[in-house]
Amino acid sequence: MKAIVKIMLKPGVLDPQGKAIEHALGSLGFSGVGEVRQGKLITLQLDDADAEGARTRVREMCEKLLANTVIEDYEIEIVE
Amino acid sequence: MKSAVVLFPGINREHDMIRALRMVSGRDPYTVWHTEAELPAGVDLVVIPGGFSFGDYLRAGAIAARSPIMRAVERAAGRGVKVLGVCNGFQILTETHLLPGALMRNAGLKFVCRTIDLQVENADTFLTNRLSRGDVLPCPVAHHDGNFFADDETLKRLEGEGRVVFRYANGTNPNGSLNDIAGIINERGNVIGMMPHPEDRVEPLHGGDECLPLFRSVVEQVAAS
Repeated sequence: MKAIVKIMLKPGVLDPQGKAIEHALGSLGFSGVGEVRQGKLITLQLDDADAEGARTRVREMCEKLLANTVIEDYEIEIVE
Repeated sequence: MKSAVVLFPGINREHDMIRALRMVSGRDPYTVWHTEAELPAGVDLVVIPGGFSFGDYLRAGAIAARSPIMRAVERAAGRGVKVLGVCNGFQILTETHLLPGALMRNAGLKFVCRTIDLQVENADTFLTNRLSRGDVLPCPVAHHDGNFFADDETLKRLEGEGRVVFRYANGTNPNGSLNDIAGIINERGNVIGMMPHPEDRVEPLHGGDECLPLFRSVVEQVAAS
């Protein structure tokens, strides 16, 4: 089973990289683009047989390492 | 003073730190590899130097913070041993939660390598007691992720409790840090993290020795305690 972890800076935390992307899009002529935020996507192949168990384990991985919950939120998707 | 310098793969500023510690204490610090589970017995000061531990993969300091030696550093800090983290060391201390907040990508997105004006905000710490509040020292910075962030409540606490030890002064904030914060101390007063590199301003060859009193402060505080 596979897990997909999406990690984004919390709302309100300034994202300089997102801002730079926004400016670059603007200079390429893409108008009407705002609030560009950049995050991370981490995929994991898991031996777990049951999706709920896998989700619990990945949540623990997020809390312990994958995300810094001072500045980041995470979302877990379990793909069968 | 017995000190230990903690090493991770990718740390590259340990030699300057070892030299500065040797200058003020007259003895070589222990060096401790990240896989060790214990610090040498009886150390008074643990220093986590700068560099790019584990390539700064995932987040600066994130992987180093989860290594065995950091559990030993946590226990030592819990016993009151003094801990100093410089640059990547500061990032590792926030990732370990020995210090609050986080060090984010510089607001200008560029790696900054220059000398800034470092203002002493709290002269009542183990690192600053030979200085006075308001003193401004030239000090080098060299980092890509030095933009200090903390939520409003944490920031209010840090400011209210005098736990901001250093600020960038005279418009020299190189990274967009909130309130120009360059260094902070924990609640107990024995763990300090700072982005600038005082170990690189301690002898004439560095362009000056203005930051030497920081290291002399630690030696004095250890002798007094």
